[in-house]
Amino acid sequence: MSLLQSEPIRVLAFLVGIIAFAALNAAYLVWLERKEAGHMQRRIGPKEVGPFGLLQPIVDGIKLMSKQLFLPKGCDPILFMIAPLMVMVPAIMSFVTIPFSETLVARDINIGLLMIFAFASINVLGLLLGGWGSGNKYAIIAAARTVSQNVAYEIPMLITVIGVVMVYGTLNLNEIVIQQAGGFWHWNVLNLKASLLMPVMFIIFFICTLAETNRAPFDMAEAESELIAGIYTEYPGMGFGVFFMGEYANILIGCALTVILFLGGWQSPFGETFVPGVIWFLLKLYAIVFTVIWIRWTYPRTTFYGLLNLSWKILIPISLVNLILTAAMLKVF
Amino acid sequence: MSVLLQDQNYETFEINLGPQHPATHGVLRVILTMDGEYIYKAEPVLGYIHRMHEKMGESKTWLQFMPNTARMDYLHALAYNHGYVLTVERAAGIEVPERAEYLRVITVELNRIASHLLWFGAFVLDLGGFTPLLYAFDDREHILDILESVTGARLTFSYFRFGGVYNDIDDDFAPATLAFIKRLRSRMPMYHDLVTKNIILMKRLKEIGPISKEMARRYGATGPVLRGSGVNYDIRKNEPYSVYPEFDFDVPVYTECDSMARYMVRMDEMEQSMRIIEQALAKLPEGETIVKKAPKIIKAPAGDYYAAVEAARGTFGVRVVSDGTNSPYRLKLRSPTYSNLSLFGEVAKGMLLPDALALMGSLDLVIPEIDR
Amino acid sequence: MSNYFGEIFGGFQSLLVGLGITIKAFFDPVVTLQYPHESLKMTPRFRGHIELVGDDETGESKCIVCGMCQRNCPTGCITMAGEKPEGAKKKVLTSYVLNFTTCSLCGICVESCKFGAIAFSKDYNLASTNKNDFIFDLKKRLGEKS
Repeated sequence: MSLLQSEPIRVLAFLVGIIAFAALNAAYLVWLERKEAGHMQRRIGPKEVGPFGLLQPIVDGIKLMSKQLFLPKGCDPILFMIAPLMVMVPAIMSFVTIPFSETLVARDINIGLLMIFAFASINVLGLLLGGWGSGNKYAIIAAARTVSQNVAYEIPMLITVIGVVMVYGTLNLNEIVIQQAGGFWHWNVLNLKASLLMPVMFIIFFICTLAETNRAPFDMAEAESELIAGIYTEYPGMGFGVFFMGEYANILIGCALTVILFLGGWQSPFGETFVPGVIWFLLKLYAIVFTVIWIRWTYPRTTFYGLLNLSWKILIPISLVNLILTAAMLKVF
Repeated sequence: MSVLLQDQNYETFEINLGPQHPATHGVLRVILTMDGEYIYKAEPVLGYIHRMHEKMGESKTWLQFMPNTARMDYLHALAYNHGYVLTVERAAGIEVPERAEYLRVITVELNRIASHLLWFGAFVLDLGGFTPLLYAFDDREHILDILESVTGARLTFSYFRFGGVYNDIDDDFAPATLAFIKRLRSRMPMYHDLVTKNIILMKRLKEIGPISKEMARRYGATGPVLRGSGVNYDIRKNEPYSVYPEFDFDVPVYTECDSMARYMVRMDEMEQSMRIIEQALAKLPEGETIVKKAPKIIKAPAGDYYAAVEAARGTFGVRVVSDGTNSPYRLKLRSPTYSNLSLFGEVAKGMLLPDALALMGSLDLVIPEIDR
Repeated sequence: MSNYFGEIFGGFQSLLVGLGITIKAFFDPVVTLQYPHESLKMTPRFRGHIELVGDDETGESKCIVCGMCQRNCPTGCITMAGEKPEGAKKKVLTSYVLNFTTCSLCGICVESCKFGAIAFSKDYNLASTNKNDFIFDLKKRLGEKS
């Protein structure tokens, strides 16, 4: 027992657990995406491999792995190979601080929120290097778009988060969740005592999450009707597969952060405690993931100047107003 | 236009949009000279699917060329059949029974709706929305089922013959068509809610790709592209053919000149086509569907003949020169998208890449028809 | 200012309406047909490749080898031959080959035949990796059928 509780074993167990969680989710989010898209388009989606097509992701994975890894002509071999890892590894690293329940958290560190944003920024660097290293004009355009997109979403996102941090006075994600205890009316999204604009903030944060994870309607970096596959154009086999896993891991991180900051993390919506927190957390997480996929299959794509306009004309002013409002209300009450 | 390009030494790069590219829907190739994401020059390259239809016409008999017409614009195949049949009938002096004329109009308009539905889906797909495509295909499938039950084919119908149509409709045709019209009418508000009124789509189409009235005329643009630029020109009204004068329908014209205007013209045209079909079904006369003494071997007297029809994409004209033998001496096909595409180079100059693709989608290109 | 907020609210509402439509479709029944498992019956007028029509009594082809179909075919995909047996009045078909790789399914051959000797088949599951599988010997097919 003491051996199990010793720190190295605990870290190792969590490491394995996190990687397994991320990889399994990456695979099965693709299944969910295809199935959900199918039904929204009034067709079935994958159904041939296994019951309800449940083995489809595994078959896809085997297919990707069995493909030859080749370097396209004119690429930068080192950047080309490193880029997928630079997207995948930070995404998995971010899971370290995510509290799945009060105790189920790999590292309960004080600056968890800061760490996640730090890692999220590396993701952009990975995409940029991948596009640059491919030696493909479409990929370079896509890389430039990713960076311009980064400017658009990071500012309103961070301003929103500053508001949240001001309310709870901590960067520790678990602390933030604990302070939202006691039913859904205590969740941050309905925390009208702290700021009247909290629901709006939630929407802004969610929009920024979509932009950060390169999801539709902000998937300009891989706009298939404009840039073939954007950054992934030249990537063969598992190079693409790792990018893909990183992308889905990022979606999970983004959705988990939304749940933690605004929807009360692992707290039960009715304040009772007999259902384990991890179940509530996963339920909320997948509800948000479902919404993200739902949005993708509903809207057309924006343009990057559309996103910049949205960001500078709407999101940033509103989030700044909210920041001031929150500060004022904290001071008054 | 980017300021930097004023400097002659500034570097640009070229990208090949096509011949295989998800947005060109076929084997169109556009060489784009880019300054970052701004298009400095756009040059369409044609000929990847050139099949010498005009030359083929000279070596085939009048009837043998018929299947070819459906293979130019495979989305509105019946209008192309119609254009060719009209010209040859004009040349050989064949009268068409009234019932056949009505059947031609009904099927052509049904096919026009199918073509616009496919364009609608593909256009939104170009803009990144996937779901409307499948909804549109769902509706289009019903039209294809109806047309298949009459013509026996789902894409290259070849339904018209010199002097009439290939066979009469069955009893199920009219109820099925009316049921479909009812269904589409109930679905149109859904399309408008899902796509037309969507703020993202509006932002992407409004004031994007302006084609002025003057420019549209200079390039000879026709069809929805011309009508989206505020010119009220529709062959069905301006040079009536077949039995179109007997129907009451409007020609949607929008004066905004942008991609949204072209989009709205097509969406409104579907409603007008439904009106025509309803009236035609109500008035459908009894009688034969092909002239009894239709000659088996057509011989047109020597001369020069022309007829034009309004296809989904614009004016399709057929000019034949006959020397009195059983095949044309010269066959010239005027296809609408060839002119509509010529606009692209001028309009796309200085546009951003995503906007240029929205413009290209709004032109509704069918590549086999450009190359012929 | 009211314009600014009007656009935000209007736009946001249009986005919500879109979400409503797709989620409604999500719970609506599926409209597609699972093709290899289920398949549709072709309509009576479906224009498949052509086949010879046999005489009701003898089962022999009705063709009198006039060659109209062969002459009218736009792509020249019909090759036929006939001979006049000694003592017989009419020519008898000896071979009728359809090169389906060039056939454009226009149906001109069926229309040009005054004797009802050819008709459309309803086959549509035609796929092969071998080009020669599409050189149909229609006379042999007729023999196999009867």
